[in-house]
Amino acid sequence: MSGTFLGMPAFPANAARAVQDSQLRHNLRKATHTIRAKRLSTIAEVPDWRELREAAKAVKDATLRDLDRHLLCLEEQVTATGGHVHWARDAAEACRIVAGLVRATGETEVVKVKSMATQEIGLNEALAEHGIEAYETDLAELIVQLGDDRPSHILVPAIHRNRAEIREIFLRSMPDAPPGLTDEPAALAEAARLHLRQRFLASKVAISGANFAVAETGTLVVLESEGNGRMCLTLPETLISVVGIEKIVPTWRDLEIFLQVLPRSSTGERMNPYTSTWTGATEGQTFHLVLLDNGRTDVLADEIGRQALRCIRCSACLNVCPVYERAGGHAYGSVYPGPIGAILTPQMRGMGSPLDASLPYASTLCGACYDACPVAIDIPEVLVHLRARAPHPPAERAAMGAAAWTFSRAVRLTRAQRLASRLRRLLPRRLPGPLSAWTDTRDLPEVPAESFRDWWSRTQGGPR
Amino acid sequence: MRVALFITCVNDTLYPGTGRAVVSLLRRLGCEVDFPEAQTCCGQMHLNTGYQDEARRLARRFRAVFARHEIVVVPSGSCAATIREHYPRLGVETPRVVELTEFLVDVLGVTDVGAYFPHRVTYHPTCHSLRGLRLGDRPETLLRAVRGLELVPLPGAEECCGFGGTFAVKNPAVSAAMCADKCRAVLDTGAEVLCAADNSCLTHLGGALHRQRTGVRVVHIAEILASTEQDKPAGTPIASGRGR
Ligand code: SF4
Repeated sequence: MSGTFLGMPAFPANAARAVQDSQLRHNLRKATHTIRAKRLSTIAEVPDWRELREAAKAVKDATLRDLDRHLLCLEEQVTATGGHVHWARDAAEACRIVAGLVRATGETEVVKVKSMATQEIGLNEALAEHGIEAYETDLAELIVQLGDDRPSHILVPAIHRNRAEIREIFLRSMPDAPPGLTDEPAALAEAARLHLRQRFLASKVAISGANFAVAETGTLVVLESEGNGRMCLTLPETLISVVGIEKIVPTWRDLEIFLQVLPRSSTGERMNPYTSTWTGATEGQTFHLVLLDNGRTDVLADEIGRQALRCIRCSACLNVCPVYERAGGHAYGSVYPGPIGAILTPQMRGMGSPLDASLPYASTLCGACYDACPVAIDIPEVLVHLRARAPHPPAERAAMGAAAWTFSRAVRLTRAQRLASRLRRLLPRRLPGPLSAWTDTRDLPEVPAESFRDWWSRTQGGPR
Repeated sequence: MRVALFITCVNDTLYPGTGRAVVSLLRRLGCEVDFPEAQTCCGQMHLNTGYQDEARRLARRFRAVFARHEIVVVPSGSCAATIREHYPRLGVETPRVVELTEFLVDVLGVTDVGAYFPHRVTYHPTCHSLRGLRLGDRPETLLRAVRGLELVPLPGAEECCGFGGTFAVKNPAVSAAMCADKCRAVLDTGAEVLCAADNSCLTHLGGALHRQRTGVRVVHIAEILASTEQDKPAGTPIASGRGR
């Protein structure tokens, strides 16, 4: 994934910094609670939400089971309608293909519609190495790009910024920002509109992702809110779409389900303002589809982990996650933050770095994400599954081994309890080593003079 | 009715008062209580921290200990959820396991257990009770029927308290931040007592409420439901002000 995240410390250290950032905490609380309420109210309007969710899950599962067949069908349809299909095994190959396609046009600038797949492969940085400047056109992505920053939310990438900061970023990095720019949201949006309008008119190449790819007709689908997508998809002479292989749905009938669940789950709207669909090369345009694996087939091979590929990137799980709400998106060190990031990143990147190995533990397993997920990904189940494969620190392994040994015979547990009871007045109020994290903010309970089992064997359950 | 009690290692070791309350409550409602003394721990901590082999051994141990019992009552939402939902994934079948409030409402069919607890109480539905076992309003229904008890709703009740087992130690900053928000919600209710169906979350919340000298005590729901006019006030040692 994007090189900008490499070498970050583990999640707990990142999160410890974030929880002390009062501005970030305020922004995240406000934004996530607002969107939570909106999502709940629009979902409540749909009487068959539960069935829709089941259907969405079933369609994705069935598609993933026959992914090879659907992909070939998609390729055939896109080719038949004048598009060119490219297959990319990993990020490097995808970037190489896209850079080559852009260079072939002779252009050195491209406009982009917000796309997770291109962020995942670090496309903007790769294009820059080839002397190609990529301009983000989604308002929030523009803020992130101009601020030389990283996105912190799938859907609201600049959730960590407030409007005063955005005004400053615009004045500093947007050459055509009006000098008297205020921090009024309307004024900021207007400044961005005027700035982007020039880009749309000048650019000959656009790069997009896709929310869905309908195999039966070879149609790509983008859902968005600002209209910048529609501009990028229609104006330039060359359109290059980078799409993860799991984005496929077999038929338009299947698509109908997702067009209902995605907007309600992501922005809490009944319908997103712009839905663009296109099939192959439209008149006057050259169209390239880059199908991206980048670890997805490995995820598919894992029986429990593969459900992560059902994800439609709605970000409902982020918005309900109490850990995300306090740690923010950057702590996850990946373009995929929050609960979905915690299960996707370690599967796609492996758990070789301290950061990636810490991600499966970045959750209390509270289950709010699973309840919210429109494709019913059991995120806690996958987290626990990944924890079993994560490297365990030696001290923890020893402690867990000792606990398991104690619990393997009742007599051992009894002896340990009696020892603790005898020493109860001598036990420290603050715990040593890693356990000091507990007593830093909490008092310990008093160890009782007698355990329950000793009381039971003494009294047989007390007076009747 | 004859039931086996799985007390859980946390209650056994740290909260015998909760265990005694469960026994007296169940007996008052006419149950025969068995306590198989070979029981230890359900393996939740091992499972959730990524020690699957150890967890599987403890799960098999649980199955062997409770094999000849028809129904097992557990006064902990998270342990009951581990056994019922996660044991099958480990390939371990068990006898029928129910959480205490499920047992009272669904199996015994009682909502008024004849308790008396004259205090202002707020209830925190722990994550495994709420989203794992789907206890719904069973605990509140039981609490509402307690004489003298004033039940006040907890704002943002469905939000996790930040305990999460080893999460509290592995991610102490986020855990403390979540705990602080939950404590603030508890204080906003003006309740004297914070009640839940799981002593592990209450160890975390009670530890913070005690550290901050809020004067709010934490009490397991079993202790409230077991209380009668004759009893001394219920509460875990930390809650009664004798915490350390
Ligand atoms: S995991 Fe589910 S809730 Fe989270 S972004 Fe993906 S589809 Fe949405």
